[in-house]
Amino acid sequence: MTDWLGPAEWQAVALSLRVSFWATLVSLPLGIAVAYALARWSFPGKQLVNGIVHLPLILPPVVTGYVLLLTLGTQGPVGGILADWGIVLAFRWTGAAVAAAVMAFPLMVRAIRLSIEAIDPKLEQASATLGAPPVWVFLTVTLPMALPGIIAGTILAFAKAMGEFGATITFVSNIPGQTRTIPSAIYAFLQVPGGEGAAMKLVIVSVVVAMGALLLSELLARRVAARVGGA
Amino acid sequence: MLEVTVKHSFKGFTLDTAFKAPAGVTVLFGRSGSGKTTLVNAVAGLLMPDQGRIVADDWVLLDTAKGIRLRPHKRRLGYVFQEGRLFPHLTVRQNLAYGAWFAPKGAPREDLPRVVDMLGLGALLDRRPTALSGGEKQRVAIGRALLSAPRLILADEPLAALDEARKAEILPYFERLRDEVSVPILYVSHSASEVARLATTVVALDAGRVVVQGPAAEVLGDPAVRPGGTREMGAVLMARVLQHHEDGLTELDAGGLPLFLPRVRAACGTVLRIRIAAHDVILSRARPEGLSALNMLAGTVAAIRTGDGPGALVALDTKAGRILARITRRSVAALGLAEGQTCYAVVKSVAVAPEDIGGTHTMPAQG
Repeated sequence: MTDWLGPAEWQAVALSLRVSFWATLVSLPLGIAVAYALARWSFPGKQLVNGIVHLPLILPPVVTGYVLLLTLGTQGPVGGILADWGIVLAFRWTGAAVAAAVMAFPLMVRAIRLSIEAIDPKLEQASATLGAPPVWVFLTVTLPMALPGIIAGTILAFAKAMGEFGATITFVSNIPGQTRTIPSAIYAFLQVPGGEGAAMKLVIVSVVVAMGALLLSELLARRVAARVGGA
Repeated sequence: MLEVTVKHSFKGFTLDTAFKAPAGVTVLFGRSGSGKTTLVNAVAGLLMPDQGRIVADDWVLLDTAKGIRLRPHKRRLGYVFQEGRLFPHLTVRQNLAYGAWFAPKGAPREDLPRVVDMLGLGALLDRRPTALSGGEKQRVAIGRALLSAPRLILADEPLAALDEARKAEILPYFERLRDEVSVPILYVSHSASEVARLATTVVALDAGRVVVQGPAAEVLGDPAVRPGGTREMGAVLMARVLQHHEDGLTELDAGGLPLFLPRVRAACGTVLRIRIAAHDVILSRARPEGLSALNMLAGTVAAIRTGDGPGALVALDTKAGRILARITRRSVAALGLAEGQTCYAVVKSVAVAPEDIGGTHTMPAQG
């Protein structure tokens, strides 16, 4: 396997997996919180929050990447403060993870929100009458019942993060070993003569990872749905 | 003792009620739309009324004047909902344990084996709610509420979603709850036979107001109270099983008067509650001769109520208790009925339906 993929390709695959893993893991709690708020609460500015969450889905990815560069770059308002604390995102793999997380966030929130909305609030009421404080209602009723949606959202977000290109290359460029993820690497290989072979290998890796994620998601969702639905 | 005062306005509907629920089963009785469910939700804390005060024993659940509004999870009330509301992602055993997890340590509570035994849940423990019938779901819901160490059990028409056979299956469990568990029960119903079988106290509601409240026998024997409509009227008698006769009849003793009913499945000595529907009672001034009906109860006319229609309700005080008879105004005139007169109530044995006969019960002291 190591012989089949050269060191440069391996680097891209490993980096993509790392970036996508952290992007998904860190955004998951926030995704659940935002999805819950959008599904269950009414508050002023709810449509605004909803719009901002969905913005990366409809904006050109390059625009999102550029906005990230403007705000999170070392010269940007947020990036400047982070830089003072020693956290630099621009042109680092962590920045690639942020870009991937932002781009995948709407997909994650949508899937989780739908599954929370499908839960009958009467069950949450029943939980409260049995003495469960709100946090426990969430942990013992809402969360487990929303699990199929959470799994679907997580895997969808992971797959999206693996494939993210436009925002990543704009925000953190295409630095081998640092920000050259699989899509960036494919793009780079196609720019040099004789790079098609390496590009094709990465394409195959992409397809395998994507299919694997999809199958895993189906499998898990089916198993959890059987538990939740009781069938 | 639960004391409830609630005022709440919706679009086009005002709830303005005050009632007290002593130990035993207090039934909130009334038509749909009379405000029963709203009232129970206010007690549970699922609805915060505009104004009100709700006190269970010394525990203030709500006092809008003092700004006290306890959240539902702090009220410790076991709520049995109409549609069960079991958690689909948990097994029956986990559903039952759910309430107990959050009950305060050291709170007086039922233990799981006893509840499982009382409600017949042994074979269901490892199943999931979707694999249960409607009646089984309600039994689990009752157990779950009971195990949360509640101060009070609330039941909002727990039988309404069930067919007649399932109703007959669940009702005895509520009777056992009333007789074997010390937790008071607030029970919402629009069914006269449920009221007759379960109620210790009746609070009748109409259009958001309490029409009458008091001990069950008193309220059900009052010809002026008809929250379920006149067809639902009927008084409740207490009777002890004396003997099962070979011809299929059961002889009961109702305050010294014999009562014959089709075979009742209860041991001799058992005290039963028997609902006698008002439209099944015939009145006679003299003791009838040559009549097929087996039950003739002598009494005096306590009250006569007539309305706009052709019907009249006559309340008769007998040694067995108060009996209501629904007859016509023409008959009242023809018989020359008046308060204080002696009269016989004639009840056909077969008129008393099995669902009108309640299980074992120790008669509460009633004023």
